[in-house]
Amino acid sequence: MQDVTIASLLSRFSPLAHHKPWPRYEVDAETWVRIGKALAAGEGDLLALWGEPKAVHMALRVASAKPCVISLAVAKRQFPSIGIHHLPAIRLERTIRDLYGLRPTGAQDERPWLDHGVWGVSAPLGPRTRTEPAVATGYAFRPVHGEGLHQIPVGPVHAGIIEPGHFRFTANGETVARLEERLGYVHKGAESLLSGAAIEKAGRIVARLSGDSTVALSFAFARAVEAALDIVVPTRAQVLRGVMAELERIANHFGDVGAICNDAAFALIHAHCGIFRESVLAATDQAFGHRLMMDVIVPGGVARDIEADGAGALIAMLDNVAPGFSEIVRLYDDTPSLQDRTCATGVVSRELVRKWAAGGHVGRASGRNFDSRRDLAYAPYDGVAFDVPVFEAGDVDARVWVRIREVEASMRMLRTWLAALPGGPLRTEMPTATDTHEGIAVVEAFRGDVLVWIRLAADGTVARCHVRDPSWFQWPLLEAAIENNIVADFPLCNKSFNCSYSGHDL
Amino acid sequence: MRTLLLKSLFARPVTIKRLAPDEIALEEVGRALEARTRRLFGRSITIREVDAGSCNGCELEIHALNNAIYDVERFGIRFAASPRHADVLLVTGPVTRNMKIALERTYAATPDPKWVVAVGDCGCGCGVFEGSYAVIGAVDKVIPVDLHIRGCPPRPIDLLRGLVALMDGATRRAHNPR
Repeated sequence: MQDVTIASLLSRFSPLAHHKPWPRYEVDAETWVRIGKALAAGEGDLLALWGEPKAVHMALRVASAKPCVISLAVAKRQFPSIGIHHLPAIRLERTIRDLYGLRPTGAQDERPWLDHGVWGVSAPLGPRTRTEPAVATGYAFRPVHGEGLHQIPVGPVHAGIIEPGHFRFTANGETVARLEERLGYVHKGAESLLSGAAIEKAGRIVARLSGDSTVALSFAFARAVEAALDIVVPTRAQVLRGVMAELERIANHFGDVGAICNDAAFALIHAHCGIFRESVLAATDQAFGHRLMMDVIVPGGVARDIEADGAGALIAMLDNVAPGFSEIVRLYDDTPSLQDRTCATGVVSRELVRKWAAGGHVGRASGRNFDSRRDLAYAPYDGVAFDVPVFEAGDVDARVWVRIREVEASMRMLRTWLAALPGGPLRTEMPTATDTHEGIAVVEAFRGDVLVWIRLAADGTVARCHVRDPSWFQWPLLEAAIENNIVADFPLCNKSFNCSYSGHDL
Repeated sequence: MRTLLLKSLFARPVTIKRLAPDEIALEEVGRALEARTRRLFGRSITIREVDAGSCNGCELEIHALNNAIYDVERFGIRFAASPRHADVLLVTGPVTRNMKIALERTYAATPDPKWVVAVGDCGCGCGVFEGSYAVIGAVDKVIPVDLHIRGCPPRPIDLLRGLVALMDGATRRAHNPR
């Protein structure tokens, strides 16, 4: 990754003083476009692209400079499209248009994304919100031409106990020629609720944007607020945050490994992984009073301490689960009939994960060696050494192995922390805000990097908050992964990704 | 795998039975449920879960009902893939505007007699999403609801307790049709 263009482009601008910890630059339209082209040329990762009524912002990660935010003031409700150069921006721009009514000029895909026509308003967050009749609009799926093709519509209500979304398969016999996703069904208008909310209320909303990643979301939200207000979090709270984040990771990975095997009709591993997951949740309940540890991480620290016997209960759980898990891993490794389903199924290329900057198991199973715990390091991970497993095959099997190795690494980290929890206070008092402050933070959730950007108003409320779930850069790759696979392998591919619907739809 | 299967054969079940208060409740709940389900539906009820806007937190805990610890099938409760096979719709929310039609159609596709259970603080009220342009709110604003199981998310044990309450209500309604 070379960042010659981006670094030299930005050297002409000076960063805004109130944005932390990354610099934020207000650039002109020409620079905006040139950065878009540089991203397309592989000079950096697009971390997020979001709007507000009169501006659009991009968060970038470049190799030799600090990550940064680029902002462009919007004139006449238009901004130059990044998506025409850098494809990962397309859905983000369609979303900006749906929510803010700002048009990406030059964009080729002008279909709405989250707006299904039934909100009763158009551009609900934009400078010009209009009341509209609530009529469900048809959606023009991309045409697929060829002999013997048929379509299979799936969703939004799916067969399992899972979130809603629509998948439109075009198949030739058993083989999938194209999958097109249509999402947005669980859009809850989170950004509108966050604008103007008190920090505490905003934290409760962010914690409920994707229930499986509630710890990571609260963690990222808290760190963004802390960055904006220059708050230093007490050491005990930092370590407890790490403990909770890793517990969330192993609980979800257990669930995923089991569910993937179950979709290959191997129920035995599913049954055992279900027990492991339940053991983790029972122990987290005992230690933190909530099975998913919702609302425990708050700006400034943690809302509550670990129970007196909490660390002991968690260590006992790890002692109990670890040998069983190794046995299950061995079983996975020794069962050719299962690997026949997972190996070489749903392959995602290295080029695609690099271009989309796909995080988590999706990226790391296709050779993208990135983990925000290490590469955008934050407490408490800056104080421990840990493995970041990376695989190359890019198939379902590789995504399983990333999870297995991550569980092992997380367990080691948990043991280190739990053996010697530092003492001290749990929370730093929030300072009284006097001015506008902005902060940004990235946290590694179990499925990849979550990004939270926040602007706090002078009265201490949240002026704007944007949350970008890792799924934004993983969902599009699922469409690529299933190509030329059989329809029956879709559940397997989908589960191996385990993208969030709610986190994406927000 | 043979060793593992052999071990499982001789190991004690992991399914919880009694001891801690919650576990006792689960056992009670299960037995009560079983007696009533038998009366009403022969031996079982079938549930179709519908996520009408949830954050996925409720889904995780509903999922847990199927694991070896709670093992909901031993009480005659099972989850179906199609509403056409279901007696009960278990609906999480808040119902988003984008999911309204899908929820109404799922309800229409469920044969009578049917019961609807709203799950979670969002499905029962609107939770933290109150006041959004994109959200209708509680499940009962879209389809009739027979029972509310609150919690954010409700624990699996609360879900089981709730299903018993549903059976009570359903029995009464079966005897005195509205």
